[in-house]
Amino acid sequence: MTADEPKARTTAGAEVEAAGEMQDYVSMTIGGQLFGVPVLKVQDVLGTQRITRIPLAPPEVAGSLNLRGRIVTAIDVRLRLGLPPRPESETAMSVVIDQGGELYSLLVDSVGEVLSLRVRDFERNPPNLDPRWRDFSEGIHRLKQSLLVVLDVARLLQIGRAEAA
Amino acid sequence: MDDLLSEFLTETAESLAVLDVELVKLEQNPNDPALLGNIFRLVHTIKGTCGFLGLPRLEAVAHAGENVLGKVRDGELEVTPEAVSLILECLDRVRSLMGTLEQTEAEPAGEDSALINRLNALADGVGAAEPAATSAPPAASSLYDRVGGLAAIDAIVEVFYGSVVADEQLKGYVADINLDILQAGQRAFLGGLIGGPASEREAAQASAHRGFVTAAMEPQDVAAVDEYLRAALAALEVPADAAETVMGLIAASRPDAAGSAVQAEAPSTSSPTIDMPATAEAPGEAPEREREAAKPAASTAGKPGEAEEGTKDSAVANQSIRVNVDLLENLMTMVSELVLTRNQVLQILRTQKDSEFAAPLQRLNHVTSELQEGVMKTRMQPIGNAWAKLPRLVRDLAHDLGKKIDLQMIGADTELDRQVLEMIKDPLTHMVRNSADHGLETPEERRRRKKPDTGKITLNAYHEGGHIIIEISDDGRGLALEKIKAKALQNGIATQAELDDFTVQQVQQLVFRPGFSTADKVTSVSGRGVGMDVVKTNIEKIGGTIELRSTEGRGSTFVIKIPLTLAIVSALIVECAGERFAIPQISVVELVRISANSDNSVERIKDTPVLRLRNRLLPLVSLREMLHIGEGDDAEDSFIVVTQVGTHSFGMIVDRVFDTEEIVVKPVAPILRHIEIFSGNTILGDGSVIMILDPNGIAISSGQMNLAEAVVADVATHRDHRGEERVPLLLFRAGDGAPKAVPLALVARLEEIDLATVERSNGVCVVQYRGQLMPLISISADHQIGETGKQPILVFSDRDRSMGLAVDAILDIVEDRLAVELSTDEPGRIGSAIIAGHATDIIDAGYYLTQAFRDWFGTAEGDGGDGKRVLLIDDSPFFRNLLAPLLSVAGYDVTTAESAAKALMLHEAGEDFDVIISDIEMPGMNGFEFAQTVKKGTRWQNTPMVALSSHSSPRDIDRGRAVGFNDYVAKFDRDALLQTLSESLMDVRGAA
Repeated sequence: MTADEPKARTTAGAEVEAAGEMQDYVSMTIGGQLFGVPVLKVQDVLGTQRITRIPLAPPEVAGSLNLRGRIVTAIDVRLRLGLPPRPESETAMSVVIDQGGELYSLLVDSVGEVLSLRVRDFERNPPNLDPRWRDFSEGIHRLKQSLLVVLDVARLLQIGRAEAA
Repeated sequence: MDDLLSEFLTETAESLAVLDVELVKLEQNPNDPALLGNIFRLVHTIKGTCGFLGLPRLEAVAHAGENVLGKVRDGELEVTPEAVSLILECLDRVRSLMGTLEQTEAEPAGEDSALINRLNALADGVGAAEPAATSAPPAASSLYDRVGGLAAIDAIVEVFYGSVVADEQLKGYVADINLDILQAGQRAFLGGLIGGPASEREAAQASAHRGFVTAAMEPQDVAAVDEYLRAALAALEVPADAAETVMGLIAASRPDAAGSAVQAEAPSTSSPTIDMPATAEAPGEAPEREREAAKPAASTAGKPGEAEEGTKDSAVANQSIRVNVDLLENLMTMVSELVLTRNQVLQILRTQKDSEFAAPLQRLNHVTSELQEGVMKTRMQPIGNAWAKLPRLVRDLAHDLGKKIDLQMIGADTELDRQVLEMIKDPLTHMVRNSADHGLETPEERRRRKKPDTGKITLNAYHEGGHIIIEISDDGRGLALEKIKAKALQNGIATQAELDDFTVQQVQQLVFRPGFSTADKVTSVSGRGVGMDVVKTNIEKIGGTIELRSTEGRGSTFVIKIPLTLAIVSALIVECAGERFAIPQISVVELVRISANSDNSVERIKDTPVLRLRNRLLPLVSLREMLHIGEGDDAEDSFIVVTQVGTHSFGMIVDRVFDTEEIVVKPVAPILRHIEIFSGNTILGDGSVIMILDPNGIAISSGQMNLAEAVVADVATHRDHRGEERVPLLLFRAGDGAPKAVPLALVARLEEIDLATVERSNGVCVVQYRGQLMPLISISADHQIGETGKQPILVFSDRDRSMGLAVDAILDIVEDRLAVELSTDEPGRIGSAIIAGHATDIIDAGYYLTQAFRDWFGTAEGDGGDGKRVLLIDDSPFFRNLLAPLLSVAGYDVTTAESAAKALMLHEAGEDFDVIISDIEMPGMNGFEFAQTVKKGTRWQNTPMVALSSHSSPRDIDRGRAVGFNDYVAKFDRDALLQTLSESLMDVRGAA
């Protein structure tokens, strides 16, 4: 799964072009915004899981969960993006990503279908994008109804290191 | 079986297997030097090992083989099939000898001079000239060659048995027999039958078979066997005529064929194509025979046993294979998953009574458990593996040292994780070496002491409660207490006064201190600067402990306790604020239940929780506070997990304690690695993820909660290095809470004043004292000095100024070790320590001095210091905290460093000082080394340096001066220090 995965921080453009005309994304919504992660990076999509809190961990780290015997670190993408915490009443879904051999689960509001998007609809981040989001976004896909932000998973998971630097 | 022997058997069997292949390759490529080199090396190794293990017969055979190979390698002999055959024969002999060796653990009786002579003859060049005499038939057109040689026979046998086993009808004949053995026998038989390089082994084989020719197969089965063999021959492209000849030979060798002694006795000289058929039996029946043969072989020794010897490819070799550790790890993960799934299924089943799944699930349950155990066992190895080299080591040592040593090893089959095994190998070796070198006496000495000449070293390993205990004991001279003391004095590890107070155990423990060795002289064996301290560190690194018991004149015993495995640990599951955590069982000493009404309750000094536990004060850490979980305080009814980290104990307050579970430690995600209080995480049986607490990290972390950065680490070193240092302390009571203490040396006088004489001036209480006004300070702001009556005070004097510290009562003057157990940032306190058995606050005299002087005299007048910059280096936070304020008050601008290395960093950073005060005993670079470094041409070389030490013997002082210290001052002698400082500065001024 990890071996043939494209290098995480290659520029989105190059990656997309290499894949031809179309690029497949797992779509998800966080705080009403549509996001996408390249489908090859996603290992699993899970419903609500029992998550063990990790004391003293950075606030974005929601805890860890057990995915078939492997320990997965859950990241609350809402907090990572600087959005308000998810209301108690709403449940989160997990998108499990393999990053450098470690499994991470991105907690998002909901997971949608896999979208095949045309490469020519892809654009770089608009310069006025929220700086925090700009860090985590590889670029924007123009859909008919809405815009899809392509998440830079590698950056998103650089918790602690980015802050320390 | 002796582990060394079994390892040898395994290894040699592997080598032999490689050799077979390589030799055949060599036959085809006679000029490949790499191939030849490899073969030579393998044979050489076999020979060497045999020699080492004391197996003369094997060694002789291997040596003769090596001889031949040596000549071939040197180009003196050509690689001919004859030569190769002879070498193979030699290897077969080795194999057959090993077979017996494996069964009886001894070489069989007999001799191999015939074979060796032939080998030697070949080596001498005669072999080629007399091929007929040396076994191998002139091969060019023999049936053997037409079939395709050894390799082809191997393949034929392989194919043949594949078919036989697949056949419903024939399967029964071979069901109970190890196929490998069968095939080996069959190879030998076929080889002999068609005139391959015959050997005595094959002869024995054939003769053994001959005894069982009556055990016949059903005729139709025989036909089927024949068919399979024919097919196998065809499959291997044996020329049709050759195949027919083989079949004919086999048919002729059927039971009705007459037995022949010729085959057994003179196979090498007989003409293969004619004699063979008459002598051997049908290979198709060989399996049958083998099975039959196995039975009598067990009961009747002799001929059949002889046959076994040849046929059985080393069973040990067949029993073990090498597997990549990654594969095992993978298996382990998979099994863990299986276990979890099983647990879930069982959980579901519990809610459904009378399910039809109950029985199969029960079975699944058992199988899973067994599987889990089995997989875990794959990582385990007998501790004997770590001991394997010790007998040789001890033998050599005994020889070198002129001692007689008997090494006994008990419990070598005790298993532990291979990772742990690797890590204890070196410490064990070191300790055995120590026992032999230092522990045991020479025979003469032993005789004088009426002990047997031969000293005994015993290694004993056994399981005890999830741990492996390894005892290394000797009946030697034991630890000589006086010698240890002398050495400790000499190396500056302890002072005479300390040594006088030490118990026997405490003195013995000194051998674990760095830089300690009781050996009188440095021998080749020991005294290389690594000592028991390294051993101790290594063992503690893997979560183990080491203890020492010794009786002078009777011997010493070291007891090592280590966990079975690093990957699977036994952990105590606890709960705090609704979250569960695992604590490694090895660091858990005991559990204490506390409640408000019982004897055990949590007391607090300031906000620091402590527990009285058997006359000791145990510092406590509230997990709730440390992990920032849950609301409010710890409940009154809770549990204390008493934990030991190194020599340091503390308790963790938790809400509940569950069971102990075996857990597989998994590392935490990289983004969480910075949280030092977790050593990993794991998945529990119920599938939930749980964090594993690291007591070590908690100990460090809990220190940090109270104290600024580096001090914490220092507290630990402080304990290690100065834990035994005893200082006179004045105990008194003042304010609420615990008794308080201050080093006596700091107190000028004890006075009792009439409170009526106390006046107030400028908001401060003062009293006329010896013609001066002396400020009175109370221990804390909320503790007011009374109006009437007598008030005991401690008078601190600084040159011509004095201050009084008002206290409630003076309790005692005691001498005790000053180990600050709990640090605090509360002003006026350095921390808490156990003094005379009570939790006691150590007060910071410097704090009160500054209070008094700042208020009364204004800011430092600098009559001594003039704002001169002083660098104070001391590893102990206690002394730093004590001295820095004193020096500040005296007008110096003080910078502190907790180690020589830190001081040198300041040097790097371009800092300059007017005078440097350095402690002598410090971890890492000590004061002497530091002074030498500084004086060796750094920018600071002209800066006066003052040594500060609790050891101020003339010898120390001389040494101090030798390395460049301008002066040497005893700790606690504040006046002397200030005096010295100003003198040192004067000197420089004068010189400049």
